[in-house]
Amino acid sequence: MLEILLDATVRAGTPILFATLGAIINERAGIINLGIEGLMLIGALAGFAGTQASGSLLIGVVAAFVAALLAGSIHGFITVQLRGNQIVSGLALTMFGIGITALFGRSMVGLTIAGFERVAIPGLSGLPLIGKAFFNQDLLIYFSFFLVVAIALFFYRTRWGLALRTVGENPAAADTCGVPVILTRFLAVAIGSGIVGIGGAYLSLATTPMWIENMTAGRGWIAVALVIFASWSSYRALAGAYLFGGITAMQLRFQAMGTTVSVHILQMMPYFFTILVLVISTIRLQKGASQQPENLGQPYDREDRK
Amino acid sequence: MKRFALLTLTLMLALPLSATSVEANDKRIKAGFIYVGPVGDAGWTYSHDQARKEMEALPFVEPSTYIESVPEGAESARVITGLVRKGHNLVFTTSFGYMDATLDVAKRNKDVVFMHCSGYKTAENVGNYFGRMYEPRYLTGIVAGKMTKANRIGYVAAFPIPEVIRGINAFTLGVRSVNPKAEVRVVWTQTWFDPGIERDAADSLLDVGADVLTMHQDAPATLQAAEARGAYVIGYNTDMRSFAPNAFLTAPVWNWGPLYSRIARDVQDGTWKPESIWWGMQQDLVRLAPLNDKIPAEVKLLVEEKTEAIKAGKLHPFAGPIKDQNGETQIAAGVIPTDGDLLSMSFFVEGVQGTIPK
Repeated sequence: MLEILLDATVRAGTPILFATLGAIINERAGIINLGIEGLMLIGALAGFAGTQASGSLLIGVVAAFVAALLAGSIHGFITVQLRGNQIVSGLALTMFGIGITALFGRSMVGLTIAGFERVAIPGLSGLPLIGKAFFNQDLLIYFSFFLVVAIALFFYRTRWGLALRTVGENPAAADTCGVPVILTRFLAVAIGSGIVGIGGAYLSLATTPMWIENMTAGRGWIAVALVIFASWSSYRALAGAYLFGGITAMQLRFQAMGTTVSVHILQMMPYFFTILVLVISTIRLQKGASQQPENLGQPYDREDRK
Repeated sequence: MKRFALLTLTLMLALPLSATSVEANDKRIKAGFIYVGPVGDAGWTYSHDQARKEMEALPFVEPSTYIESVPEGAESARVITGLVRKGHNLVFTTSFGYMDATLDVAKRNKDVVFMHCSGYKTAENVGNYFGRMYEPRYLTGIVAGKMTKANRIGYVAAFPIPEVIRGINAFTLGVRSVNPKAEVRVVWTQTWFDPGIERDAADSLLDVGADVLTMHQDAPATLQAAEARGAYVIGYNTDMRSFAPNAFLTAPVWNWGPLYSRIARDVQDGTWKPESIWWGMQQDLVRLAPLNDKIPAEVKLLVEEKTEAIKAGKLHPFAGPIKDQNGETQIAAGVIPTDGDLLSMSFFVEGVQGTIPK
């Protein structure tokens, strides 16, 4: 049972994981993105439409990435180049995403595709307990593992990563060192948004291979909260996304097994854990362990330099 | 002064009323619809929208308006008022949670007819309507009971409200009528619409060994779960077989078209009355989707027989004796529960494994 539970945890957590990783890239560069829910929907629709038209899942994933990247670029242009309000622009992006996918998704309703299948990794997939959950999954899940490590390495082991973090912490200092602040921020928003789109595509290509309006059902907002929960670290994003996925999977399985624990208590758990973790991370924050990018939410203008 | 104001008010109210009754015959119907989900949900809202289009074919019906994904509760009153302001004279509110908002708006707009789906309140200009979905549910239970080998059937359920509980019970009674050893396991998702959660809930039932699934949700995620794992599945709302070509057995489906057209006609010729309409298979408001060819001929025959019996009024799924989960008699032998009893049902029948959250 534990093996099955772990497997369900990974599958339920993956769309949120992609979205959280994308949001972290945005926020590390100093830009708040509340358009995650809209970007996920755009990714879900573009991914489904791409696969539907081409018959290739890879093309679907690329379409999801590109579509969300383009939509995210609008947010990037407004907040970075025009220095607009990041909260307003992000919320508008979510509404835009919901609306535009509803409009263009009409013709996709009821169509079917062959979704992602499990691919067992020889040798490892037979491991007890963790084999099925981590080594007998679909390619997008393997890609998410890769992305978690790659993003951490990028942030802390490359010059580009350092530049990205610096424009989020202290853009003026980055500017002095010759880092193109505006371009870096814009690219972070665009590429981060693209990764959020893959999270949406996971829903329409793997979880439930179909398109239905509003199929993300609020997962984007969970990702927004998880960024803080994860204190802007990709490893903790993985832990957070799986915690969320795991609790959901667990409460459903408790019901299926016929336990007599109140459904209300079971369904309260994800939110209870959110509060708990927020309390813990706030306490850690007060002890000076803040990971929040110093310049988060602040537009940068060279002329404003103090 | 106060009396004068009252008089003017009465006159103002009376005027449009008398005006409409005079020109009843060339009255045009401009209908507005409030939907709880998107029209592209392939389920509940989609079924209403199909009927809306069917109604538009009537000569006296003008192009209608719909507003989708309207949140339930007090907030919906604003959206309903918006439809009234734009000149709609017949408004359908198609989810339980719009009930009080509908009555509230109706109180202030007496010249508009409101029809609320799945509720229980009426007013001078508010009627309500629903379908006896428990009839086809019972029939799908017969199919499930015959097709299960594990004697364990999974039910992905939305919210613990009488409508859903009634469906689970009717289904289970159908199952047990042909297979007294089978049990029905219930998992609550506490949402009408979240494909991800529905999929996971369906998987969790397959994980505990269920080999036939059914559901009371708005999305077809449960069907995909069954298809992927080689189980059988019974849909809901609309014929969703394209999502599970191998697994799909049948589905209890809505057919609102005839009812919507009748309501429009009644409002047009002035014979509309505020009533509670609860049509069943006899009036073809609810049906069974065509049965999959994998179902053996004798089961098909049995289902056909029972369908005819229900249509003829000879078979009532909830005719007593009916015992609850604890073995206590809830409906005595020979008793057919009243509509009121059915509409407030809050116990699980024998054979259901699961609890009703209180």
